[in-house]
Amino acid sequence: MSEKITEKTFEEALARLEFIIAELEKGELNLDESLKLFEEGIALARHCNAKLDEAQGKVELLLGIEDGVAKTTTFQPEEESV
Amino acid sequence: MPEILTVSQVTLYIKRLLENDGVLQQVWVGGEISNFTLHSSGHMYFTLKDETSRLRAVMFWRENQSLKFRPYDGLEVIVSGRIGVYPKSGEYQLYVDFMEVAGMGSLYLAFEQLKERLAQEGLFAPERKKPIPRLPRKIGVITSSTGAAVRDIIKILHRRHARVNILVIPAQVQGETAPASLVAALQAAGRLPDLDLVIIGRGGGSAEELWAFNDEGVARAIAACPHPVISAVGHETDFTIADLVADLRAPTPSGAAELSVPEVDELRNRIKLCTDNLNALFSRLCARKRAQIERLAFHPVLRHPDRVILARRQQVDEGKEELVDRMLAALEERRKELRRKMEQLAMVNPLAVLNRGYSLCFRETDGRLVREAAEVARGDFLRITFRRGRLRTVVEEVEEEVTT
Repeated sequence: MSEKITEKTFEEALARLEFIIAELEKGELNLDESLKLFEEGIALARHCNAKLDEAQGKVELLLGIEDGVAKTTTFQPEEESV
Repeated sequence: MPEILTVSQVTLYIKRLLENDGVLQQVWVGGEISNFTLHSSGHMYFTLKDETSRLRAVMFWRENQSLKFRPYDGLEVIVSGRIGVYPKSGEYQLYVDFMEVAGMGSLYLAFEQLKERLAQEGLFAPERKKPIPRLPRKIGVITSSTGAAVRDIIKILHRRHARVNILVIPAQVQGETAPASLVAALQAAGRLPDLDLVIIGRGGGSAEELWAFNDEGVARAIAACPHPVISAVGHETDFTIADLVADLRAPTPSGAAELSVPEVDELRNRIKLCTDNLNALFSRLCARKRAQIERLAFHPVLRHPDRVILARRQQVDEGKEELVDRMLAALEERRKELRRKMEQLAMVNPLAVLNRGYSLCFRETDGRLVREAAEVARGDFLRITFRRGRLRTVVEEVEEEVTT
């Protein structure tokens, strides 16, 4: 575990989580190593879920960029005209 | 004497003649381009030819700016222009103001040429394609803010991942100003570091309506965009330059939305599956270790520690008995030894005979041991010593010859 879990991207975290499960399923590790991996696995799963919850689902329309800051307004697409 | 004209006068006369001809001043000519040269000034010089004739032609920079394709030798074209005379060389030539490719069409040629040029520059190379993030937080959508495309994209993005943030960057997607508008939108997207991904596109349309997505400037702006770009132009079969230069090509705007975010429900299920697996593995490991511990805990040694002590005590007892036995044996040995020694001693002890029933007889007068009867006389006093005690006696008779 060279880098912190919270710094991992979603992809990295999920890949690591699946790797850990595969390792544990082999059952070749001693108790201490296993427990360490369990702990990491739970943290990774938590991190993945947090990543999924990160955004808020906002929809905005870009009006312009002033001094590097985006000016936006809430955007509601027009309803389909029948 | 006929009038003698100068070269200039003749040339000027011809020039006026030709340049005042109604037909020659607005003429359409079809032919094959040869000897094409693009001068450093930007002007194009070439010859139009058919089976039997050749016509010199020039297309100045101002006119050829609007050309989407680059003319080349052998290309069949239809041009329009006027015939003029270039006095310096005394040659007439066609001043071209419009050129169209015969047969396949100019747009197609322009498309093919741009495609080839950008391909040679490596803009379509797979190795320069940026990976599409699996879970973008914020997606920039460059398209018309009023079209069906933006509606479809938002709908599908939110159906798959309700929490993804969307920033619509409005742009014109068709018409003369569309390329500049798309380039500006791409540059704006590039200045917003919080975007994880950009979708650029529009719904389907005719080749002309989609043409902005074949613009060189748009292609270069897509290539220059720091974010991964998914192109979504038209319906299924239309391939544009933008599609080729984008990091990922989606056949439609809806398709782009599907490619840019995962089904979050599916991901959550996968994570849940992982967590369940982890928990199951954990329980299994704990159970296994616990069983190990129990097996050890029920080992007789741990269950009845007193038995061990008893066994040891028995050992001690046995040891002790043996020790005592050995000591007794050793003592007995010593005792026997002593007895033997004492017996030996007794053998040599003069008094020992007393024990066997003998007694010693001393003359009272001088205390000498009497060995023979002749040593005493009648009436002498004798002392006789026994094993225990002694007595004093008087000799009544001496019998010298008696043997015992």
